[in-house]
Amino acid sequence: MARCLFCVEEMKVVLTWRSLLLKKEAMTICERCEGKLKKLAGETCSICSRELDKNYRIEDLCLDCVRWEKDKKWSGYLSINISLFHYNEFLKDMIAKYKYRGDYALAEAFVPFLKDKLKDMNFDLVTFIPLSNERLMERGFNQAQALTDLLGLNTVELLTRLHTEKQSKKSREERISLPQVFQVTKPDLLKQKSILIVDDIYTTGSTLRHAAKALKTAGATEVSSITLAR
Amino acid sequence: METTISSPPFSPELQNHLTGRLLLASEIPFSPAIISDQIKHGYVSVTSGVKCVNGQYNCVRCGNQNSALFYTFPCKICNQDCTYCRACIMMGRVSECAKLYGWIGPDLKFAVPDKVMSWDGTLTSGQQTASDCVVEAVKRKGELLVWAVCGAGKTEVLFAGIEAGLLAGKRICMATPRTDVVLELSPRLKRAFPAIEVSSLYGGSEERSKASPLTVSTTHQLFRFSEAFDVVIIDEVDAFPYSIDDSLHYAVNKSKKPSATTIYLTATPSKQMQRSYRSGKLQAVTIPARYHHKPIPVPEMKWSGNWQKQYLQKKIPPVIASWVSERLQQKIPLLLFFPSIQVMEQVIPLFQTLSPKLETVHSQHPERKERVQALRNGEVPGLLTTTILERGVTIERLDVAVIGAEHEVFSESALVQIAGRVGRSFTYPTGTITFFHYGKSKAMVEAIYHIQMMNKEAWKRGLLDG
Repeated sequence: MARCLFCVEEMKVVLTWRSLLLKKEAMTICERCEGKLKKLAGETCSICSRELDKNYRIEDLCLDCVRWEKDKKWSGYLSINISLFHYNEFLKDMIAKYKYRGDYALAEAFVPFLKDKLKDMNFDLVTFIPLSNERLMERGFNQAQALTDLLGLNTVELLTRLHTEKQSKKSREERISLPQVFQVTKPDLLKQKSILIVDDIYTTGSTLRHAAKALKTAGATEVSSITLAR
Repeated sequence: METTISSPPFSPELQNHLTGRLLLASEIPFSPAIISDQIKHGYVSVTSGVKCVNGQYNCVRCGNQNSALFYTFPCKICNQDCTYCRACIMMGRVSECAKLYGWIGPDLKFAVPDKVMSWDGTLTSGQQTASDCVVEAVKRKGELLVWAVCGAGKTEVLFAGIEAGLLAGKRICMATPRTDVVLELSPRLKRAFPAIEVSSLYGGSEERSKASPLTVSTTHQLFRFSEAFDVVIIDEVDAFPYSIDDSLHYAVNKSKKPSATTIYLTATPSKQMQRSYRSGKLQAVTIPARYHHKPIPVPEMKWSGNWQKQYLQKKIPPVIASWVSERLQQKIPLLLFFPSIQVMEQVIPLFQTLSPKLETVHSQHPERKERVQALRNGEVPGLLTTTILERGVTIERLDVAVIGAEHEVFSESALVQIAGRVGRSFTYPTGTITFFHYGKSKAMVEAIYHIQMMNKEAWKRGLLDG
């Protein structure tokens, strides 16, 4: 009997004609856990995927993205970010177990959802947000890289980190005003290419915009991103 | 020239932190330089957290051997495919390349004063017999079952044995599956043994790094120990989740020294334990009477008809309705046990027509304790609950009924524990316990027999007031 990767309860595998014929990606978490993952739905920001609130939008952009796009330093670098789920308590617990407790196996739980979204996205190369060496040695793996590895896409390590402090401890202002955070390691690979960046969480969008800026400055034609949580 | 042979220095702080434990580097607040120095001098042992023998993985910390609960990933620390244990991942990842460290240097000695115990209460003769057996077991090593009815006063029975153990330089652990038991026992033991360090360990507790002669711990916290204790006392040995989780048994066994004494404490030993006792394999002592010398109220069985069907028709079975109404009228606090949360939530509106102040309590309630306290204070006339309240609750003058007592969740031991909620206090040693049913179950009959046998034994041994 298969067990849910997250709650470890036994899962009933229901074989239907539909599941056989359509060869749907096999689920690794149970229906109850899947039910607690809330997909981003309805009208969403055309850049960052945030669900649009009538008090927090101008046309099809959320106010955060309006602010980013007004700023000449940041405008136009990140074409689009797709996020799968709301960063709710359940997903917080799941991502905490995945990256802080170090339960690599949970990457498998996210892969079917990522694959589903990636069907509609166009890109030449895939890369991921790097960890500082210190963090990598602590965790034993990069949570974004683990996703790309299991997705089985053409992935290249294009970026390295110039700073080591933890992002999560900084305010939005601090993150935005930072000088360059990433360095491009293989500029010759990305010339005239469109790049997809994979990461776990989109919070303020500053990490992804820093990475996008570095990639575009080094010659990429377009940069988009996909994250688990928004 | 004079030469002195001295052994290289060991770190007493590290000795204190690591003695009797098996920890990941991240759980040891010492620099890698100190740790590797102490390893070099043979004071600290190092072992892989996950081992592979004949293709089978084995977690050294939690004992997991289920291949479905291991996962292999490309590890950047050891730069190869590395297998880790998913069963105990919430305590930090244990893998093939993650080492577990233990202390193998000089033994840690605890300073124990001659007069270590300040408790000077008196024991009933039933308690005294058991207390003597506990003292003897601590000295003799091996296993002992203390089978004491609900309300016998189990904790006091341990004091003399703990005192004897401490004076003999033994390290003692009192373990229990339930955090609320740790919280209740810990201050009592600190009062009884004020001159020594008593550490209490449960999920979220602070006192993690101190080695102490007396430890009170949830069974879960023992995963981090190894060959630490000379005496392990397991309270509520039949309680969830210890009763069903083999890894907790592994944790307790790993925490014991090979020559340790093990004492099991319960009112309701499992069938298997009862069999070992009857066949003479397991030594045991019983305390069949409560500390107030009155017999335990024997449950009464009452047929309620098809209670589920009646509830669906929005009716409370008449026998149950009148049982509740009588007690509401006489202002006797009551507990009604239901087989599941769903049934209980379904019927609470019906019961609230009898008294709007009746409430429910179940495992997911954040204010569980407050509601029980409200019943105790008389602010609430009664509570509807599930087996979550089968243990550890004492309310004066309480009457108890089990609804759907034939349901499989009500095992013999659950029913004995539930019946044990009645008549616990000195002032009100009686009360009624009723099993409402739609067809008797074996467990119901056995629970009643169990209580009758204990009362009979208590009479025979002269432990009850005539």
